[in-house]
Order: sequence, then structure tokens, then C-alpha cells
Amino acid sequence: MGVDGIGARVARKEDRRFLTGKGRYTDDMSVPGMKYAVFVRSPHAHATIAGIDATAARAMPGVIDVLDGRQLLADGIGNLICGWMIHSKDGSPMKMGAWRPLADKTVRYVGDAVAIVVADSVAEARDAAEAVVVDYDPLPAVTDPVQALADGQPQLHPEASNNLVFDWELGDGAAVDRALAAAAHVTELKIFNNRLSPNPMEPRATLGIYDAGDEHYTCYTTSQNPHLARLVMSAFYNVAPENKLRVIAPDVGGGFGSKIYIYPEEIVCLWASKRTGVPVKWTSDRTEAFLTDAHGRDHVSTVKMAFDAGNRITALKVDTIANLGAYMSLFSSCVPTYLYATLLSGQYDIPAIHANVRTVYTNTVPVDAYRGAGRPEATYLLERTMETAARELGLSPAELRRTNFIRSFPHQTPVIMNYDAGDYEASLNAAMAAADWNGFAARKAEAEGRGMKRGIGMSCYIEACGLAPSAAVGSLGAGVGLWESAEVKVNMVGTIEVMTGSHSHGQGHETTFAQLVADRLGLPIDSINIVHGDTDKVQMGMGTYGSRSGAVGMSAVAKALDKVEAKAKKIAAHLMEADESDIVIEDGVLKVAGTDKSVPWFQMALAAYTAHNLPPGLEPGLKESAFYDPANFTFPAGCYICEVEVDPETGRTKVVQFVAADDFGNIINPMIVEGQVHGGIAQGIGQALLEGVRYDDSGQLLTASYLDYAMPRADDLPSFVVSTSNTPCPNNPLGVKGCGEAGAIGSPPALINAITDAIGNNQLTMPATAEKVWAAAQAAN
Amino acid sequence: MYQTNYHRAASIQEAVQMMGAATEGKYLSGGMTLIPTMRLRLAAPSDLVDLRRIAELKGIAVDGRSVRIGAATTHEEVATSSALRAICPSICGLAGHIGDPAVRHMGTIGGSIANNDPAADYPAAMLALDAVIVTDRREIKAAAFFTGLFETALEEGEIITAVRFDAPAKAAYQKFPNPASRYAMAGVFVARRDNGDVRVGVTGAGSSGVFRHPGLEAALSANWSPDAVANVTVDASDLLTDLHASAAYRANLVRVMTKRAVAAA
Ligand SMILES: Cc1cc2nc3c(=O)[nH]c(=O)nc-3n(C[C@H](O)[C@H](O)[C@H](O)COP(=O)(O)OP(=O)(O)OC[C@H]3O[C@@H](n4cnc5c(N)ncnc54)[C@H](O)[C@@H]3O)c2cc1C
Repeated sequence: MGVDGIGARVARKEDRRFLTGKGRYTDDMSVPGMKYAVFVRSPHAHATIAGIDATAARAMPGVIDVLDGRQLLADGIGNLICGWMIHSKDGSPMKMGAWRPLADKTVRYVGDAVAIVVADSVAEARDAAEAVVVDYDPLPAVTDPVQALADGQPQLHPEASNNLVFDWELGDGAAVDRALAAAAHVTELKIFNNRLSPNPMEPRATLGIYDAGDEHYTCYTTSQNPHLARLVMSAFYNVAPENKLRVIAPDVGGGFGSKIYIYPEEIVCLWASKRTGVPVKWTSDRTEAFLTDAHGRDHVSTVKMAFDAGNRITALKVDTIANLGAYMSLFSSCVPTYLYATLLSGQYDIPAIHANVRTVYTNTVPVDAYRGAGRPEATYLLERTMETAARELGLSPAELRRTNFIRSFPHQTPVIMNYDAGDYEASLNAAMAAADWNGFAARKAEAEGRGMKRGIGMSCYIEACGLAPSAAVGSLGAGVGLWESAEVKVNMVGTIEVMTGSHSHGQGHETTFAQLVADRLGLPIDSINIVHGDTDKVQMGMGTYGSRSGAVGMSAVAKALDKVEAKAKKIAAHLMEADESDIVIEDGVLKVAGTDKSVPWFQMALAAYTAHNLPPGLEPGLKESAFYDPANFTFPAGCYICEVEVDPETGRTKVVQFVAADDFGNIINPMIVEGQVHGGIAQGIGQALLEGVRYDDSGQLLTASYLDYAMPRADDLPSFVVSTSNTPCPNNPLGVKGCGEAGAIGSPPALINAITDAIGNNQLTMPATAEKVWAAAQAAN
Repeated sequence: MYQTNYHRAASIQEAVQMMGAATEGKYLSGGMTLIPTMRLRLAAPSDLVDLRRIAELKGIAVDGRSVRIGAATTHEEVATSSALRAICPSICGLAGHIGDPAVRHMGTIGGSIANNDPAADYPAAMLALDAVIVTDRREIKAAAFFTGLFETALEEGEIITAVRFDAPAKAAYQKFPNPASRYAMAGVFVARRDNGDVRVGVTGAGSSGVFRHPGLEAALSANWSPDAVANVTVDASDLLTDLHASAAYRANLVRVMTKRAVAAA
């Protein structure tokens, strides 16, 4: 390992521009003639549109045009789609209702776009947007997913009776029922997973540019996956042919999943640019972000876990209702199914599992993947259940988990996943040692003396990253392959550019990807540039989500590097009249092993391009590309232990200690990994303690600003104690598993387990607000 | 934000004139409430008359135990005033926990009181300190000044110039913050005079804004100790239920914050 290589704490290359205000975000982009868009949005959660009159708005100062959904439809722009087909257990396909980029007949949530105003300035566009008269006939609305399934409720889409999108199952229901009947003990629980607003620091934005000369479109957008955006907009939305559409996702200030999807605004701004003949930029304000960014989670579940007399789990039965909001967002169907039910075995050897999932339309913003996507829901359900079972069975939470850990690999679960490697007991032991578990009783007694109730809780999570083997996900309904692509271009004097289809929006790829190259070639990290986020520069890509960039994106880079190395060795061997199998690359020099003959890297590169003296038949140049399709998911896992103090008089919870012991496989940059874990835990604590989207019964969003939606802040969080004990992933060239979501996946149950331990009442839902904790503590007394 | 005209007044008189000339004007102080409201297009004043450069509205004067704080004095200036801290540290502590540093360096006591947000901190202190709100045309007792949610006794064009009060023997403020906004979910300011007079000002909890709590005042007048609060019932029926907390929980918080304030005073 060199100073810049794999395993080194290299400071992030990108931070110079981020910390000095030199980042270039979509809203920073400006092109000649550019105008500004504001969307007219529905104030109703559910209504039919009787008419739209934009006459007055069009006459207002600075207004270029006002366009609505009827024009969009007439121009043949397609519906937004969900890209993962799920079939109900009766064999019928999911019921995808039409989502128009601009609603033409019906609006289905507050914030649904109905028209776009293009004007010389944002202020003029906003003034005109207020002057657009939309004649709504309000309809009754439903926001609660359980209620939406009942008879007699407002119906959102004609395709979906009782608002049911699909009724899906996984696993052997009969085997589970038999085990439940024969069980020595059954733990039953009702689980709510609260609805979250993603809140990336940078709000969404897009700039659509139509070039009439070339009939070409350019879309700047806040995307985690520009190539996917291009694919979807060309193949499904009929915005432009793929070869006439360039998508650029420049610096992106956080995504957490919410910037995976292609939203109406990108489509409409591109179309509006063609209609108006001017480039059209739209930037979301924070209120719009709350109203329209895809939300996360929102599950209601019941769970039954069966145990034998030896406290071994014999079966798990889960019934879940998942709120999808008003429309099916791009990956909304796979989140509560294949990213959720497949993880219900957790770290445990469970012989039989059955999950039934019903997804539901409601008059709320669409719900899709949010940091963790399905896996936090599975982990929360499972780890709350394990903790509850341990309490009911009179066992320590660690003992019950140890009794049930999977200990040999590979391990086939009853819910599709085949775990390749792991050592769950190692993480548990590391976390318990770091948390001084054995000293807890003394700390609790000390807190009691101060009038505080102290509690401790753990969570042993597993998740699946490295999305995903294309053939496998294809067989499960995915509309795309989930490979990644990379190109390594060695410049004429040996500096390197890596084109990757992964997209960095906070993860530090410009550093970690460069570390991989530096490690392989022994070159200084500053001679390596990582290029991403532009479909004209980067050959192909599937983007960044599901903690896939390391396991899939970097593996593609590693494959391309193999090819570069092989060709470099050929050239060097020829230059030194040696056999290519004797060439080794060390510290930026190609050497003939066992001799003092060597060629510096830059000289070999120059030789590749001068092409004066290449091996016969070898093409000039040194640029190689690769596609990598993973062989399996990766399975990061770990143990989190949280300690809290509850003020019994107010119910206020203070997180006094948080320990994370993770297994991420090999680590490229420990500093960046720790940063990912810190951020993830902060989000998990946010979910468990503070965050929660609330709609009123009429479908108005009550938490539409930071006055009402509580985000975690520094003083809500303790200093985290993080460590890793790693088992390399056997299924990719780097042995990495992924670390981007673990913190958000593993932490919420640890926290709720700790609070319920402190107050002696297991009935508590997230977010565990002070009032809820106070009321639960009162009820326990 | 809708278009507006900005004016900067150099004196109180000029400010009043500017306001008189405007069709629908608003005074601007720290702008920490007014500007965000305008940006959300929830307020659309034709004219803004900026009060922050008026010398008479600035500064803190302490004379013995009597205090005068100019309306345009920022929260930060109140929080860090050593003269004030020497005789009434509770008001400094209150100001030092309003919002964040940026808000405290811009927001002013006059703006806060004129706005009378039902969860703002200063109004509770004004009631408990028996303060006098001084305007360009009269003096108004705090008890008569705060008239409802975002409502005050201020007339058309009237400017708050200062607040005055005498520092009590003992005082403290305890606030239970709303986790999102960090405004008070319930905030209690207690003050006790040498003559035994006790006032308890409560913010964040009332369904019609800031109020005094006679039950708590009576209990504490009889026995100035945290324990005295234990047997007082705080009636939840006049308290606020909203997205963040029920009236019953707020009633509990009022009691607990009062107890803690007395302990801290
Ligand atoms: C992020 C954030 C957090 C905050 N947290 C808190 C908190 O925890 N606790 C709290 O109490 N407050 C909080 N505030 C509000 C803050 O204290 C404001 O400063 C205050 O409410 C208004 O004061 P201002 O000087 O900014 O007034 P402005 O916003 O300028 O004006 C407010 C209103 O008062 C009127 N006005 C202003 N000065 C006068 C005057 N001299 N005479 C007559 N009318 C006048 C204006 O016309 C306007 O209607 C917060 C604000 C923000 C933005």
C-alpha cells in the first residue's frame, strides 16, 4: 500500500472546491438566452381539472409562455413509469396508474405539477404562476395506507381498485404456519416505519437546452444517474432520441436516493425549451422539495416470530402495507419487495419465512428509495422483534442473537439471498466491547441517582449492496441491467483519466476511485482524474445508489485497469526486449523482475502514442474500457449499540453513546468510510427520534418546512464510536461490500430498543418524540 | 418575494413620516421574521421602513436596577451585555438561546415583541418582569401589550422604541424547545421581587399566546421553591394542541419548566 493507495486515509480531492465555494451545481449553470421556469402546482390533494386559463398570466411582464398538460400530451410526451415489474400473487401485473409530467385531467397530491411558466426572471415567472387560473373540482382524499385499502375510500387510479397496486408474497407460507403452530413461543409485534423527507442540502434543479440547429437536447440535472435519466427520457418519455440527448449531472449536493428518479421537471423543461426556443432553468425551493421530492419508508407491518424450546427461531411471518403515494415512482415497486423481504432473514438462520406485501396508492407525494431503501424497513422490523423476543424470553439480547446467528457461509436464506461471507459474532463482540456493555448496570445506577432513566439497545443488521447481478434482477422484474462501466484513459505522458458511470454526490469517488488507480500503478493521486456525470464524456453507466459504487463501479475500473496493465506490460516488454510475463509495475515504473531494467510509466505511455516502436500488430494508444456485472449482491453487516438517557419528566431522549461495529469487506479509505457511517447514523437517529412527514386528513402536507420537520443537528448527536472488523467479499475483485447506507439501516432499532429499555415500555413508534416517550414512560409506571 | 420599496429612516420622526406615506408599509428591524414571511409571499408590504439605523432605538442602559433596552438592540447584544448580566442574567440567557448565531446577530427585541409569535421567548420575560413597552407615542404595560396570537396593542404606524423594567431579585427562564424550529414548545420565565411578588410568564403553550399563570404564581408566592410547583395543576384546556405536542403534554412541560426555572433562579 502506497501513501495514496488502498487503505490510506487520503484527504478528499474534491473538498477543495466544495469548501471554497467553487463547486459547480446545476443552479450555477448559465447559458446565453436562458430563462426561468416556475411550476404551477396543485393546492389540492385530489381534484379534477375542469380548465386552465393562462390568458392573464401570458400577458404579464417578462412572460415568454405558459404551457400545460394538454399541450404536453398533444406533443406525445409519455407517462412517468415505474421500471420494475412486480406481479401480485394471483399472477396479475402491478397496477400502474398514469403519471402525467403535467397533470391534464386529475391531480393526486398537493404539489402535483399542472403547468409551467417560463419568464425572464424567477420573480416574474412566480408572479405569472399565481395568475394562472386552474379550475379544480376537489375530490375526497386519502393519505393513510391502511385506510386507503378499505372499501368506500377515495380511488386514485381506475386501474387499481381499493388503491391496491399489488399484493405480493415471498416465501413458504404453509411452512411458516406449521412452525408457528408448533412453536414454544411466538413473539408478535406491530411495526410502523415512519415516512421521511430526504432533504439533500442541494434542492433539485434542471436546465433544459434545445438546440434547433442540431435538433439536440442538453439536460443539466441533479441526478445520481445521468445515463439512466437519458435512457428513461428517451426510451419511455419520448422527450428525445438517446443520441440527441446529453444529460449532465455536475456537482450534486446529496441525493440519498431522491435524485435517482426522473421527475416531471426535467422532462417538462426540455420540452418547454423546444416549445419556447429558449433554454429553461428550474430550481426547486425548499417548500417544493418537501412537497415533491420522493419520500421514503412509510410501512405498517405485523410480525410473528416463532421460537422452539431452545430459543431458536423456527419461522418468521410478516405482513406489510407500504404506501407508494399518488403514483409509482421509478423504483417504488422493488423497494418494499426485493430490497425488503429478501433481507428478512437478517443475520439469523431462519428455516422458514413468509412475507406478504401490499402496496397502496394514497394522495401523497410518491414514495421511493431513501438511504437504505427496504433494508432499513427489514432491519427495523427484525431487530425490534428480536429485542422484544429477548425480553419476553428472559434472555439477554446478545444471547438470543448469538443463539440464532448464521455461522457458515455461503448461506442460502429462504428469501432468495445467498450470503457469501460474514462473521456476525465478531461484530457483536467488537460492539459490546466498545460499548462497555458489562459496565452498563453501573452507568444506569449512576444515571438513576441524577433522576435519569438510562437504557441500552442493540441492532444486528445485514443489508444487500452491490446492486446487482443483471440476470438475477432481470428475472425478478427489473427493467434494466445493473452492471457498471468504466474507461481508463492513459494520456500521452502518463497521467490518467477514469471515466466512470458511477456518480459522486457526496461519497468522495474522486478520491477513492483515484486511490484504486494509484494503488495499482504506483502513481501519485494527483495525476489521476475521475470523470463522471456527463453522458457525452462517460461511455455508459447505471449510476450511484444502493451502495453500489465501490462494489460495482470500482470493480469495473479494476477490470479496465487489468486491460491497461496488460497492454502497458506488452509495450514495456517490447521496449526492454523482455518477456511480458516478467514485467512488474511498482511505484510508477515498469520493471523486468529480477533485473535492474526499467521503464518509467510516462515513457511507456509516450511510446504507446508515438507508436514508433510498438510490438508488431499492437494498436497505438492506451485506453481500455470494461463493463462489470456483479456475480452476487454483497452483504455488509454489523452490530450497533446505542445508549440513551431519558428525562422522565419531559420524555426528552439524549443519545449518550453510539457504537458501530461494521463489516464492510476491504476498505479503500477508512476516513471516507467513517464519514459515510457517521452520516448514515445521523440519518438513522433522525428517523428514530425526530423526523416524520405528516399530512392532514385532507392531504395537506403539515411538515413542509424546517419549522415543522425536524432534522437532526449536531447537538442531537453524540460522538460516534465506529470500528470495522472485515471479512472480504469473495465476489468482486476488490473484496469490498459497500458502506453508504449501513448507518441509516442499522441505527433506528438500536435507538428504539434503548429507549424502550430505559422506560420499561415496549410500545413506542418512530419518531420517538419527547411527548411519545413521556407518555409511554407514564404508562409504564 | 413581491416587489417592495425599501426606505432607511434616520430618526423616529422620519420613520413615522415614511410609514405615513406608504400605502401598506411595514417597519423592518432585524428582518428575521418579516423577510422569510415575504419570501414565502405570505406578506406583501408595499414599503419597508428600516429602523435599524435609528440611534435612539439602539443600546442597553442600566441605572441601578432599572433597565432600558432600545427596540433595535439585537439578541446578541442583550446576551452579551455585562451590565445587564450583573443585575438580570436571566434575560441574557434567554436572548442567548434564541435561534442560532446568525438570527441573534440580526434579530431584535423590538421586532420580537412587535411580532408576538406565540412561541417567542421575549414575551414571556416581558410579562414576568412587568416590563413597560415604550413607543413613539406612549408607554404600555406588558400585560396590556400582548393581546393574542401575533396580536399586540400597537396602533397603525406606532413604533416600539424601547422596553423598560426593574431587575427582580430572582429570575430564570427555562425553555423546552420544539425539536424542529427550536422555538419554545413551552417556555417559562419566573421572576420574584423582594416584596415577595412572583410572576410567571408562559410562552409556546397557550392557545391564545403568552400568558401569566395565576396558580403557579400563588403557589410560588407562598413558597418560593421548586417543590411548591408539584401540587399545582396546570389546566390543559387553555393550552395549545398542534402537530408537535398535545395540550396535556404542554401542561406537563409548563409545570416542569417552572420547577426548573425556580431551581435555576
Ligand atoms: C431560524 C430562526 C430561529 C428563530 N428562533 C427563535 C427562538 O428560538 N425564539 C424566539 O423568540 N424567536 C426566534 N426567532 C425569531 C427572531 O427572534 C426574530 O428576530 C424576531 O421574532 C423578530 O425580530 P426582528 O428584529 O427580526 O423583526 P422583523 O422581522 O424585522 O420584524 C418583525 C415584525 O415586527 C415589526 N417591527 C419590528 N420592529 C418594530 C418596532 N420597533 N416597532 C414596531 N414594529 C416593529 C415588523 O414590522 C414586523 O411586523 C427565530 C428566527 C429565525 C429566522
